[in-house]
Amino acid sequence: MRILALESSCDESAVAVYDDGDGLLSHEIYSQIDLHRIYGGVVPELASRDHVRHLLPLVKTALADAKTSPADLDGIAYTAGPGLIGALLTGAALGRSLAFAWKVPAVAVHHLEGHLLAPLLESDPPPFPHLALLVSGGHTMLIDVAEPGRYAVLGETRDDAAGEAFDKSAKLLGLPYPGGPELAKLASGGRASRFAFPRPMLDRAGLEFSFSGLKTAVALAVKDQGREGGLAPETRADIAAGVQEAIVDTLIAKTLRALEQTGYDALVVAGGVGANRLLRERLAAAVARQGARVHYPRIEFCTDNAAMIAVAGMARLKAGKTESPAIRARAQWPLSELST
Amino acid sequence: MTTTGVWLTRSGDETEALGAEQLGSSPKEGAPCRVVTLSGDLGAGKSTFARGVLRALGARGNLKSPSYTLLESYELPGVHVIHLDLYRLQDPDELENLGLADYHRPGHLWLVEWPERGAGRLPSADLGFVFSFADDAHRIERIEFVAPTK
Repeated sequence: MRILALESSCDESAVAVYDDGDGLLSHEIYSQIDLHRIYGGVVPELASRDHVRHLLPLVKTALADAKTSPADLDGIAYTAGPGLIGALLTGAALGRSLAFAWKVPAVAVHHLEGHLLAPLLESDPPPFPHLALLVSGGHTMLIDVAEPGRYAVLGETRDDAAGEAFDKSAKLLGLPYPGGPELAKLASGGRASRFAFPRPMLDRAGLEFSFSGLKTAVALAVKDQGREGGLAPETRADIAAGVQEAIVDTLIAKTLRALEQTGYDALVVAGGVGANRLLRERLAAAVARQGARVHYPRIEFCTDNAAMIAVAGMARLKAGKTESPAIRARAQWPLSELST
Repeated sequence: MTTTGVWLTRSGDETEALGAEQLGSSPKEGAPCRVVTLSGDLGAGKSTFARGVLRALGARGNLKSPSYTLLESYELPGVHVIHLDLYRLQDPDELENLGLADYHRPGHLWLVEWPERGAGRLPSADLGFVFSFADDAHRIERIEFVAPTK
């Protein structure tokens, strides 16, 4: 079976073609990051307008690269939520309409399920069941993945996401958008020990996260240190290192706790923060000591992409979870409400 | 525009408690939509204050930051709260994309962070709180906006 998949829930317009026998045949992405860098933030309406402009050419390119004609397709998958409603509707309208025109089923995919199943695209996919740590700009969750389609959220953030803490701390340090990778770069030249930033929830039982206090602590440090003529370069680097250390420490401690609790020996790390090098190095070592293994999607599939939507869409198509002719998208869609 | 209160809070708990005290009771039935702006720099206490309001009005569980989604909506007993964070907005016209008009009705309370990013496209605010840093405390000022003549 072969499907075409569309992703347009936030910044990225992306299209992929995937075959359950031949694997991933093509994937195209049009990033609006360069545009956003100019503005210093994500530009939702512009983002959704650009999805309109870019999705159809991406569909043509993805089909051509995959040497696939519409007649070869068994279904069309698209991200139906959660995300920015205008952006989601663009992909949903196009995906649903193409499916109607080409007389194949349409499959609505939950964006997070895409992230969770992205490691299935790798040559060494994780076994089921496993634990997943989903960390991005919008999410920080530990999820028990029993099998594709069956997810139980074990813990999540009470307030800000880890990626948001990276991005906002970066902004406080005067870095450009998106701040996470820039902050990590700055941190590599800093001393993490100089600033002891809070690691909220670490001392408490349970698998919840909280990062909003960290932002306040960083704001105070920046203000305090910058009193006399702005921040010294080494102070900026030290603050960045301290922030990264606090976030990574917290993520690792909770993840190890969840591994222990579930007894699983496989961990998937998904989402954009999963590309952070310090997190990868420390997590690999810590998880190995516990006798478990970490599986990552390749770096380009850590962030938003359509390949992961194709994989999740294929699973749902095979399970017969297809859509009525109505075009639907949900800005808010808890993973727990994902019908299996 | 009149300042009708100034507070200093020294912890997140104190900021939450102030939010609960200021906006934590449900409106009377059929009360018009109330728009409250929360202004101030990153980390100044806006979200913590909003959390206090939401908890007092009956929200349970995790109250996620609307920074990524721009909007989180809570249908609580007696009031429908819309928590907006317009930080990532560049052009106020983008608000059209969120379908906000659907929420501008009686029985709704809007808590709007970074309202300046939506200038001209947001309904006029009834009340505002301005957050700033004051030494080791958060300074929170309450401002009543004069209702525009209709």
